[in-house]
Amino acid sequence: MTVPAQLPDDGVAKWIGKAFANRSFLVGFLITLTVAVVALVSFLWTPYDVTRLIIADKTQAPSLTHWFGTDHFGRDILSMIMVGARNSIAVALVAVGIGMGIGVPLGMFAAARGGLVDEALMRLNDLVFAFPALLSAIMITAIFGPGAVNAIIAIGIFNIPVFARVGRAGALSIWPREYILAARAAGKGKAQITVEHILPNIANQLLVQGTIQFALGILAEAGLSYLGLGAQPPMPSWGRMLFDAQTRMVIAPWMALVPGMAIVITVLGLNLLGDGIADILDPKSRRRR
Amino acid sequence: MSLLEIENLTLSIGEAPILKGVELSVTPGEVMGLVGESGSGKSMTALTVMRLLPHLSRMAGRVTFDGIDILAASEDQMCALRGDDIGMVFQEPMTALNPVKTIGEQVAEGIRWHTRASRAEAEERARAILDRVGLPESKFPLSRYPHELSGGQRQRVVIAIACALKPKLLIADEPTTALDVVLQAQVLDLLRDLVAENHMGLLLISHDLAVVTEMADRITILRHGEVMEAGDTARVLSEQVHPYTRQLAQASVHVPARARADPPRKDEGPSAVPLLRVENLSRHYPGRRLSLFRRGEPTNAVDGVSFSMMPGQSVALVGRSGCGKSTLARMVLALDRPSSGEIRFRGDALTGKSEADLKPARRDMQVVFQDPYGSFDPRQKVERLVAEPLHVLETAPTRAERREMVAHALHEVGLAASDMDKYPHEFSGGQRQRLSIARAIITRPKLVVADEPVSALDVSIRAQILDLFAELNGKLGVAYLFITHDLTVARAITDEVMVMHEGRIVERGKTGEVLDHPQSDAAQELVAAAPDLHRAIARRLQEQG
Repeated sequence: MTVPAQLPDDGVAKWIGKAFANRSFLVGFLITLTVAVVALVSFLWTPYDVTRLIIADKTQAPSLTHWFGTDHFGRDILSMIMVGARNSIAVALVAVGIGMGIGVPLGMFAAARGGLVDEALMRLNDLVFAFPALLSAIMITAIFGPGAVNAIIAIGIFNIPVFARVGRAGALSIWPREYILAARAAGKGKAQITVEHILPNIANQLLVQGTIQFALGILAEAGLSYLGLGAQPPMPSWGRMLFDAQTRMVIAPWMALVPGMAIVITVLGLNLLGDGIADILDPKSRRRR
Repeated sequence: MSLLEIENLTLSIGEAPILKGVELSVTPGEVMGLVGESGSGKSMTALTVMRLLPHLSRMAGRVTFDGIDILAASEDQMCALRGDDIGMVFQEPMTALNPVKTIGEQVAEGIRWHTRASRAEAEERARAILDRVGLPESKFPLSRYPHELSGGQRQRVVIAIACALKPKLLIADEPTTALDVVLQAQVLDLLRDLVAENHMGLLLISHDLAVVTEMADRITILRHGEVMEAGDTARVLSEQVHPYTRQLAQASVHVPARARADPPRKDEGPSAVPLLRVENLSRHYPGRRLSLFRRGEPTNAVDGVSFSMMPGQSVALVGRSGCGKSTLARMVLALDRPSSGEIRFRGDALTGKSEADLKPARRDMQVVFQDPYGSFDPRQKVERLVAEPLHVLETAPTRAERREMVAHALHEVGLAASDMDKYPHEFSGGQRQRLSIARAIITRPKLVVADEPVSALDVSIRAQILDLFAELNGKLGVAYLFITHDLTVARAITDEVMVMHEGRIVERGKTGEVLDHPQSDAAQELVAAAPDLHRAIARRLQEQG
């Protein structure tokens, strides 16, 4: 008998076509792209210099010269948002990366081994979880000194147990399925089964958790910056902008609204992107939309 | 006068037509059987009567229950009817009960809601009905949780909830499909008694013609949302006027023609090496921890089992649920470690070997599972799924070779080569079971362990899959270890049968002999409880004289 010689047409072009037919992927992708472009552009050009303080121009309402107004030192908020985007996004992304990169394999390993190994790993996890994240981040930055890199590491460490738990719980629900038994009967080892069957089936849950942790990462960075343990002045960050605005909510509401909206839009964009990717990865949702 | 009267009922959900002009009636004290294959609209008919249809459903026609126009009734009126005048029993006793509430609360809930009875009164009534369904308070206090009960006991609780307020109509949607034959017989007896006692109408929905024949006074046969034939059970099934009725009845008792070149090679004498030899095999699970230093009695899932199988032989392993059949199968497949005993496959011991050393054995030993939906990774294409066992080959095939082998395997099970680029959800249940078989035979194994491979399938699909098993047995000389609780299946496809009971094999012999003249208690119980279409029709005709 003959088999059609052509290999499955899962070409890159087709995949991209499919992706952009998905509305939430498209919108999420555009928002994320915009934020990324803004952050990149800030390296080359910003409307004003964010390190120059012009006290005479302080707390000006949005106008044609300052689109988003100025802060209490007279700095242009649009420029600060652009520069702050670098910092906030970098911290949150790398922190999620650390959490996923270490947490997911840990969770997979615990689920695959089971028994005492699982028990020990998860209790260790609980221990890390039990520390208030911000407190420990303060401890870490107190030991290694404040700065963006240490903030990333501190937030990243506290993402590890989150991903380990979600990963383990997802994996445990997949392991008893019959198709896993079938794979074992085919002589596949636990590592191979994890890569081939478990991970693709829990990718959805991990992606959703990833977008949540990203939003939390931005907020955690904001908290650390507020305490002076995140990015150091004069480097702006969305978080510190929010906290600076706190006491001036009544006289200069735009100081809070603009960075707040920036965080909301970025998180929304990433959530949509995550949803879209999850949809595209799921063969069953193909026919929808 | 009819209790329930369905006239010219048409239902569509979204764009899809579900029911087309269904006619059905139930009178008080009568059992109406509603039979059809999956997707025929049986459950949707029941849900229409309860008005529990999904969103976007549009109904037309007339449904009257006890003088009330159901289709026009308000939600408040329906709430008053549901659980009070109409009770419902669902298929899956595992999910029909709320796991965080005690059985007492769950039975009393409906009583309190509908009768405004006090807590104490409602509990008193709950106690009475639980006692009636065979769960006396001395052994099953109201404070039990569903997980502390077995499947059959849970289904009794579900029936107690449905019958607590002595409904005029009871709808039972596949009430015994998830139970083994012995429990099935008990639950059916219970339903029959409750109907007679309370003069209820019972709408019994099932895909199993034999079950319906034993229970129902009248029968309605549904296909693709249309009534094919309706009428007196005995008459419809003995005359089999309608071609679809005949087809269903034949499929229910189908026995594949087993064209086999060579009979079981038993006569080769004792020198022949058995394909599989199991000696004194046991598997114990440690008991529940009662305190820090004390454990409960260990459970002996499999207890000192010995048997052997010759190449090309087809052996059935039958027994009630929980008797250790599946545990035994897993140990044979080296997916679970025995506590003691030995398994030899073609003379080599399997026990205590590392995964790498097991590879040669795995090549010749494959498995087909029960659930055609659960046995495929939903995220992979058929090509990769069917090719999964190729992993054990010594040299990995190239991509083109792999596609060739998959195409060949698909062809052998009656699917097209082009199907390999589809995902499993694009196939029907029967087609998926074919995929499952394709996956099992792709390495040309000598032994296939099939764990309830046809119990989740409709009768006509089941007949086709049994034919396929028989054909492959003849063509490839595969030996089967067929695990089933369905004696019809065992009879259809196997040479020998082993009856398992509480972890032990209590009887073994030629399939026909054991099933016609069972010796052990366990086997006799199984045979007596198994629904049999011919026997049921004969009994019906006799009753009517």
